[in-house]
Amino acid sequence: MEDRSNIRVVVGMSGGVDSSVTALLLKQQGYDVVGIFMKNWDDTDEFGVCTATQDYEDVARVCNQLDIPYYSVNFEKQYWDKVFQYFLDEYKAGRTPNPDVMCNKEIKFKAFLDHAMGLGADYLATGHYARVREQDGQIEMLRGVDDNKDQTYFLNQIPKEILPKILFPLGEINKKEVREIAEKHDLATAKKKDSTGICFIGERNFKEFLSEYLPAQPGNMETLDGEVKGRHDGLMYYTIGQRQGLGIGGAGDPWFVVGKNLKDNILYVEQGFDHEALYSDELHAVDVNWLVDRDLSEPIKCTAKFRYRQQDSGVTVHVQDDGSVNVIFDESQRAITPGQAVVFYDGEVCLGGGTIETAYKNQQALTYLG
Amino acid sequence: MKHIYIDHAATTPIHEEVQQAMTEAMKTQFGNPSSIHQFGRESRKQLDDARTTIAKSIHADFPSIIFTSGGTEANNLAIFGTAYAYQEQGKHIITTQIEHHAVLHPCEELEENGFEVSYLPVDETGRISVTDLKNALRDDTILVTVMMVNNETGIRQPIEEIGQELKDHQSIFHTDAVQALGVEAIDVEALQVDLLSASSHKIYGPKGIGFLYKREDIHLKQLVYGGEQERKWRSGTENTLSIVGFKRAIELVLGEREQRLSHYRLLSKTLLEELTQQGVDFSVNGNEPYRTPNILNISFPGTDVEMFLTNLDLSGIAVSSGSACTAGSIDPSHVLKAMYGSDDERLRNSIRFSFGMDNTEEEMKLVAERIKSIVDRLTNL
Repeated sequence: MEDRSNIRVVVGMSGGVDSSVTALLLKQQGYDVVGIFMKNWDDTDEFGVCTATQDYEDVARVCNQLDIPYYSVNFEKQYWDKVFQYFLDEYKAGRTPNPDVMCNKEIKFKAFLDHAMGLGADYLATGHYARVREQDGQIEMLRGVDDNKDQTYFLNQIPKEILPKILFPLGEINKKEVREIAEKHDLATAKKKDSTGICFIGERNFKEFLSEYLPAQPGNMETLDGEVKGRHDGLMYYTIGQRQGLGIGGAGDPWFVVGKNLKDNILYVEQGFDHEALYSDELHAVDVNWLVDRDLSEPIKCTAKFRYRQQDSGVTVHVQDDGSVNVIFDESQRAITPGQAVVFYDGEVCLGGGTIETAYKNQQALTYLG
Repeated sequence: MKHIYIDHAATTPIHEEVQQAMTEAMKTQFGNPSSIHQFGRESRKQLDDARTTIAKSIHADFPSIIFTSGGTEANNLAIFGTAYAYQEQGKHIITTQIEHHAVLHPCEELEENGFEVSYLPVDETGRISVTDLKNALRDDTILVTVMMVNNETGIRQPIEEIGQELKDHQSIFHTDAVQALGVEAIDVEALQVDLLSASSHKIYGPKGIGFLYKREDIHLKQLVYGGEQERKWRSGTENTLSIVGFKRAIELVLGEREQRLSHYRLLSKTLLEELTQQGVDFSVNGNEPYRTPNILNISFPGTDVEMFLTNLDLSGIAVSSGSACTAGSIDPSHVLKAMYGSDDERLRNSIRFSFGMDNTEEEMKLVAERIKSIVDRLTNL
C-alpha cells in the first residue's frame, strides 16, 4: 500500500455511525487521521444535560478504538450568525429555509475547512454520501453510489475550488455497508440511531421551537377565491404542499397549503393533492453556485432536484446576466418551495445549484409568497 | 516524535518512590483500619503514620486532617459543611472570581439555596485586594474562601493578610491550597486559616486522595454519612493505599521543595528566553513577584486557543488553556476574564504551561521551536 502516513486528513466527527466509519476507512487507507468534533449549538436542557456532551463521548470512544487523536472545536457563534439567523430570517419572510445547505456552505466547508487547514491538514473528510472525482483535469462532485442516501443536494453551495481538498469515503458505498463495517469492527456507534430532522431542533416539536424565536401571528386560512376555511397559527409553520396540521375536515379530498399571502397574513388552502394551484412550469433561483466549468451563455439541458430525496426531473437552465437562473421544467412540478434548493445534475455529476426564489406557471408568479 | 508533558498543574505522574511505597503497601497490608484485629491495626498504623506526617507538613495537629477523595471533595466539604453548620449566624459568603470550579460551583449552588455570595474581583496582576475584602465583610459573613495559588496563572493570593484581617471576625477562613501544596511552605498557624484543601495528584502522588485541614474547634455539617470514619466528618473505609502514596509524595515535597522550585525557575526562564530568541510574539499573564515558578500563562497574539492547543498536541506538546473542558466548550477563561475584562483578546489566545521535575531545558528549546512553526503557520493562513 502506498505510504500515506504523512498525509493528514481531518475528519469531521459528529458521534454518529457515518462519520465513525469515515474515520475508520481513512485509517485503514493509511492516512494520518485526526478526528474533530464540531460543537455548533448549545442545547443544554433544564437538567444541564447536553446531547453534544454525549456525542463527544461517542467520538472519543470511536477515536480510541481507531487509535487516532480527537479534539473539538466550537463554532456556536459562527453557526448562530451564519446559519441560525438565516434560518429565522427565511421563516420571517414566509419561506422554507434549508439550514443543512447553509451549514455545509458556511460552517463545515468554510469555518471547519479553515480550521482543518490550520491544523496542517492535506484533506478534510466528512461522512457525506457524495463523491469527488478527477477527470480530464476537472474535479467534479458526483452523487453517492447509494441513491437513497445521496447528499449532493445539501452540498450544492460549496465552492468548487475546495473540491481538491475534500474526501468523501462513504460516497463509494451504501448505508447498509456502513452499518456492517461499523458492526464488524464493533465501533461504539455501530448501533446508534441516525439523527433525524434539523440538528439544532433534534427531537423537539418544531412549532414549539420556532415559537421561542419568532412571534407567531395567527390569521385566516382561505381558498384562492377568498372563502375562509379556518384559522392558521402563523404562516411560518406551514410549507407549500403540506397536508398535515390544517385541521380542516369535511367531505371531499383532503386540504393542502397552496400559497401564502404575507402582506395580509393569509394561508391559501385548496382541496386535493394534485390541485392545479400547486403546479408550476418554471422557477427563478438566486445564489447560484456552479461546481463545474461550463459555458453558461447557452441554455443547459440537464436534470434537477427541487427537494431532497426526489427523483430528478428534466429541465432547461437559462443563466441570467446577474448570475441568477430561470429553470424551465420539461413537465410541470408540484409544490416548488421558495427557500429550498434547486440542484442540477448531468448524469452522476452535480453541476451546482441555487435557492428557489419564485415559481411560475404560464409566466405568472405563483401566490406562494404575496 | 518526542512527546513533552508541560501540564503538571492538571496532574502529575506518580513519583517512583511513591510507586514503591504504594506497591509495598499493596503487597503487605489490606486490613480495614476500623477492624479490631491485627490486620486492622496494621492498616490503622499506616493510616496514623500518614496522618501524622501530613499534619506536621502544614504545622497542624494530628486530628485536624480529614482525608477525602481529593481537592474537589475537600472544597465541597469546606464550603457546604461550613454553610450548613453556621447558617444560624448568617448566610453571607465571600469568595473570588478566580477560584477553581470546585469552589465556584458549590458557591453557586448555595446561592440557589438562600445564601448570598460576594465574588471579589482581581486586578491585572491577578490578585485580589484586601481592601475589597474588608469592604465586603459583613456581620453575617460566615465564610471567606480564597485560593492560595491560582491554577491558571500561578498567582499567589494574600492569604496571610486575609487571615490577619479575619482574626477578630466570626467568619471562617478557607483556602484552596491544591496548587500551592507542591510549591509553598504551608503553615496553617501563620496563615491563620481554619480550613485548607489539598490534593495528592498535583504533587506526584496518586489520584483519588486529598485532605481537608480543619482546625479542631471548627464545626462542619458532614456530606457523607456512614461508618463515621475520619471522626465522622467523612464516612467510608479509608483509601489506605492512596494515603500511603500521598504521605510519601508529601515527604518528597518537604525534602526537595527548594530544588524543585529552582528547577522550575530555570525551565520558566529558558522557555521565555527561547521564545524571545525565536522571535515569537507573546506576553506573560500575571506579574512576576506573585507568580509561582511552575506555572506560566502566556498569550500569543494572533492565535486562537482551540486551534493552538490542537496544533501543540499534534506536534507532541501537552499543555492546556486552564481548566479542563469537554465537548467543544473551551469557555474563555474566567480567570483571565476577571483580570482583563471579557473583551480582551488574551482570553482567546492564552496557553498555560506548568512545569514538572521531569522537564528539561532541552525540552523547552524544542517547545519554543515547535511553537514558532505553529505560530508562523497560523498567522500566515
